[in-house]
Amino acid sequence: MTRYALFLGCTIPARQPHYEVSARKSLAKLGIDLVDLEGMTCCAPPPLQSIDLETSLSMAAYNISLAEEADLDIVTLCTGCFESLAIANNLLRENAKLKERVNKILSNAGKEFRGNKEVRHYLQVLMKDVGIDHLKKNVTRKLGNLKVATFYGCHSLRPSALLKFDDPERPKLFDNLVEALGAKSIWYRNKLKCCGGLLRGYADDIALAIARDKIAMATKAGADCLSTLCPFCFLTLDLGQFLMKSTYHEEYNLPILHYTELLSLSLGIDPKELALDFHKIRVDKVLSKIS
Amino acid sequence: MTQAECKVVKASEINPRFKYEISKMHGAEKLMRCFQCGTCTSDCPIARYSESYRPRQIIRMAQLGLEDRILDSDTLWLCASCFTCTDRCPQDVEVASVIRVLRNLAAERGHIPQVFREQFSSILESGYAYKIPELRVKRRELLGLPPLPKGNSESIRKTLRGLKPEKFFENNGGY
Repeated sequence: MTRYALFLGCTIPARQPHYEVSARKSLAKLGIDLVDLEGMTCCAPPPLQSIDLETSLSMAAYNISLAEEADLDIVTLCTGCFESLAIANNLLRENAKLKERVNKILSNAGKEFRGNKEVRHYLQVLMKDVGIDHLKKNVTRKLGNLKVATFYGCHSLRPSALLKFDDPERPKLFDNLVEALGAKSIWYRNKLKCCGGLLRGYADDIALAIARDKIAMATKAGADCLSTLCPFCFLTLDLGQFLMKSTYHEEYNLPILHYTELLSLSLGIDPKELALDFHKIRVDKVLSKIS
Repeated sequence: MTQAECKVVKASEINPRFKYEISKMHGAEKLMRCFQCGTCTSDCPIARYSESYRPRQIIRMAQLGLEDRILDSDTLWLCASCFTCTDRCPQDVEVASVIRVLRNLAAERGHIPQVFREQFSSILESGYAYKIPELRVKRRELLGLPPLPKGNSESIRKTLRGLKPEKFFENNGGY
C-alpha cells in the first residue's frame, strides 16, 4: 500500500463531492492509501499570489510542513492546488533566501518548511505507483467505444520549469491513462489552451468565450465527453454550458467527467455510488455507451 | 487600454528607476531581456478575446517606466495565470511572474479588484477560499465520505500576522 497525505483544497469539498467520492474509491481500489491530515488550509492559488507572493508562499509552505511532520508526500486532486504547492515546494528548495524568509514567518506558528517531501498530482501517482500495466489488469469494464477529449488544464503543465509534470507542448500522460482504460483519446483544436476559469467573477464574458471555444472544438472533433483533472476546469466547462445556452443560444450537452470518474467506471464501481447527479450536464450518454 | 486610447507618453509620467526596482523582485529579474517579439500576446488566450489585455504591451510599459499607467489599470488583472507566455518566451522572461509582481505592487497601492479581495479575505479568515455549506457537509456523510479534517484558521492567522496584506486592507475594515 502506498500512502499519501491527501490535499483536498477548497473547491472539491465545497462544491464537488462527486469528484472526491470517485477519487477515494478508485485510488483505494488501486492500492493508494489517502491520509487526511488535520489543519490543511487553502493552497494559496494565483489570485492570492497576485496580492502578495510572500503570503502565498508561506501559506503553501505551511501546508507542506504538515505533510513533512507526518512524513508523507502530498497528493492533490485539484490541478490548482498542485500548481500552488509544487511551485512553492520547488521554489523554496532552490531559493535559500526565500526559504529563510518564509521560515521566519512560519516560526510564528512553530512550523518549519524543510523541503524533503514531494507534491504530486494524482495522475503522476497513478503512473509512478500503479503503472499502466497494473491499471490495465484492474479494468473490468472497458470504455471501448468512448471518444474522450482530454483536458490537462494549465496548472498541471505550466510553468513547466517548476512543475515538471509532462512535456508542456506535447503531453501524453493523461492520454495514456485514458487509453489504459480502453477508451480512445482524441485530438481537438486548442486542447492545451486555458479554460478561462480564473477569470470567472472578474471578466465573465471573456471567461465564457474561452470556455465556449474549448467545448465547441471538442464537440467538433466528435468527443463523447471531455475529461478534466481540476475542479475549476470542471465547473467552468460543465456549468459553463448552461451559460453558453443563455448567452449564445448554443446547446452542446457535452458531458464533462473527471478522470477519476472514468477510472471508477472502468474499475467496475457502480455508477449509483458516484453521485453523478452533481453534474449539470447529464452523463447518461456516456453511461449507455460503456455498459 | 485599447490601441486607440493610447496616449502620448509624457516624460513626467516616466519613472526611469521602475525597471530596475522591479527587476530586483522575485519573478521579474529577466524583464530587460524582452525584445518585443510578441510570442506572449499571440499565444495568450485572453488577448484573443479581450480588447485591452496585451502582455507584450504591459512588459514594454514596465521597461519604459510607465509605473502609474500600469499599476492603476484594471487591465493588469485580466491575466488568467495560465503561464503560456512564461513557457513560450524565447528570451526566458517569466511574463506571468512579471505581471504577478506588478499586481503585488498595485495591491500595495490598494488596487485590488473586489473578487480577489473577497477570496483573499475569506482565505485569511477561515483558511479556505469558500465557506463549505452545511448542506454539503451533510451530503458528504450520505455519500460515505469521511468527515472533513479540522481546519486551523487560528494558526494561519497567527502565521500571517504583520505581513504586507494586513496593511492593504487596513482602510477597508480589516481582512
